[in-house]
Amino acid sequence: MRREGSPFQGTSTVFVKELADHISSVRMLMLQLLIVFTALAALYEAINSLRQNTAEDPFLLLRLFTIDQAPLPSFVAILGFLIPLMAIGLGFDAVNGEHNRRTLSRILAQPIYRDALLMGKFLAALATIGISLAALWLLVIGLGLIFLGVPPGGEEVARSLVFLVVAIFYAGVWLSLAMLLSTVFRSAATAALVSLGVWLFLTILWPMLAPALAQVVAPPDPRYALLGLNDPATAVWAQELLRLSPNDLFEEAMLAVLSPTTRSLGPVFLDQLRGAVMGAPLPFGESVMLAWPQTVGLVAGTIVLFAFSYVLFQRQEVRA
Amino acid sequence: MNEQTQTMTSPVIHARGLTRRYGDTAVVDGIDLDIVRGEVFGLLGPNGAGKTTTILMMLGLTEISSGEISMLGFNPAREPLKVKRRVGYLPDAVGFYDQLTAAENLAYTGKLMGLARAERAGRIEQALRRVGLIDVASKRVATFSRGMRQRLGLAEIIMKRAEIAILDEPTSGLDPQATQEFLGLIGELKAEGITVLLSSHMLDQVQRICDRVALFKAGHIVLVGAVPELAIKVLGAGFVVEVEAEGLGIARRLAMIPGVTHVETLSADRFRMTAERDVRADAARAVVAVDGALRRLSVDEPSLEAIYARYFQDQPAGGVRHAA
Repeated sequence: MRREGSPFQGTSTVFVKELADHISSVRMLMLQLLIVFTALAALYEAINSLRQNTAEDPFLLLRLFTIDQAPLPSFVAILGFLIPLMAIGLGFDAVNGEHNRRTLSRILAQPIYRDALLMGKFLAALATIGISLAALWLLVIGLGLIFLGVPPGGEEVARSLVFLVVAIFYAGVWLSLAMLLSTVFRSAATAALVSLGVWLFLTILWPMLAPALAQVVAPPDPRYALLGLNDPATAVWAQELLRLSPNDLFEEAMLAVLSPTTRSLGPVFLDQLRGAVMGAPLPFGESVMLAWPQTVGLVAGTIVLFAFSYVLFQRQEVRA
Repeated sequence: MNEQTQTMTSPVIHARGLTRRYGDTAVVDGIDLDIVRGEVFGLLGPNGAGKTTTILMMLGLTEISSGEISMLGFNPAREPLKVKRRVGYLPDAVGFYDQLTAAENLAYTGKLMGLARAERAGRIEQALRRVGLIDVASKRVATFSRGMRQRLGLAEIIMKRAEIAILDEPTSGLDPQATQEFLGLIGELKAEGITVLLSSHMLDQVQRICDRVALFKAGHIVLVGAVPELAIKVLGAGFVVEVEAEGLGIARRLAMIPGVTHVETLSADRFRMTAERDVRADAARAVVAVDGALRRLSVDEPSLEAIYARYFQDQPAGGVRHAA
């Protein structure tokens, strides 16, 4: 059965309204303050350490993103931790909030399809995150210009723009998850708690569990242990398991793009390094190729989770 | 009724065998409905009888398991946008975005309706004026009372220039004055030729404003018709007259009045007669004829309450399942 009209009629209206709601909401303000202040602290430390170390570095600007000065983690690591929080904060009450406010049936009685509502909400939240991340990105570049006094090169800007795009898709995964849970659970508090639970599990517990699981799946060969080496099979398993977490995918992609000397994101064998000039940066295109699988993983995660919430929302009863 | 039969063309809402099943239970089970343009039609029944589900099927907001329905000639399952463009819906306990003002809330739905900016502003002002909310147009909806929210919901339907207005429990939870005002607004819609479909369990209100009603019971429509017709069908007669008078043989004299079907002696001086017409004048004459002292003469209008009670007396009060 073919539906009449476009399923996206009204999407832009929902988008504009939701975007305005997000940007003017207290919730968003708090999230942004949290991120800006933590990021500024990390940047401050990074700038301090860079000023003391004036060695020739062709990628000074990128070092701003990746340098970590104990006890603060690097700017990118902080974003990897806080972007999910922001995405969950914007998405956990997307659908059940409309139910609980009893606005859903009134809105759906207007000449639009449900697609428009869900799509508009998703894009608006993603755009909100995109705007904040872009502002943050400009902040980093600006502070770098002021305090380091070195104009960024074209490749540096390109690499940091890739960072921006990957970060937005990373947010997309968590936003899709939060919206899926907001469709499944009628109570916004339950949806928020479950999304936060998943977030904590994947960012804190999973990195500890994955190596342990790898040991179970592929027990290390004792001969490697005798030589004081890791069994490559176990290491590969540990990494593959780790990659189930979007957090890990984001960190790997960032490593490849923001640290140009990164040549591989997995275990490296000595024979693979034959002929390599150690410490020489990879060209921009090669770095992007290195980060490509991780990026595609994040995009796919976003789409799959969104598709689930789409199907569920289409089948959901409108009545409260 | 005669005027209505003249304007009666094809029905604007037409349902045959409309059914909605959840698993094995049919919430709406094979209902037939024909509602003509310009009438106020009431859906009555306890909670969980299938009224809201029927309404949602009319709007294409829930799936139809079997049967067919046409709204203004369109099938809501296949052409939901065409239906929703012409039909206004005020849900039970309607909600608005609290952080937006009344006018902003209407502007949002106005945009979703596809109204152009200039057109929208004019219609919003007009609609808010009609429902008496123009003074609070720029106040946040968070401060609105229940009655104001209901009126704002009605303003949305007015702004839409809907041909059919579907109101689900529009007066539940309103205070008497707000109810009166709201019923007045529904009357205005009817005067403009808008077809109004409303569901309610407030029987006296429904009786006052509805041209016809349909009684729902466990997913079936058990009765359809105008209230006086139903009274005759269900209660056996349209009028119940109570006489309080002293005198000899009054009961016998009352029973002889043409049109009276039954006389019940409540006490020595109180009688209740059931009749097909208003027989008060004849009753007074009868009492006077036997030289009796007439103290009180009252007529009960054919009451929906009585019809309803007769049909639902085997159900516990409060309904079976809350489906609001």
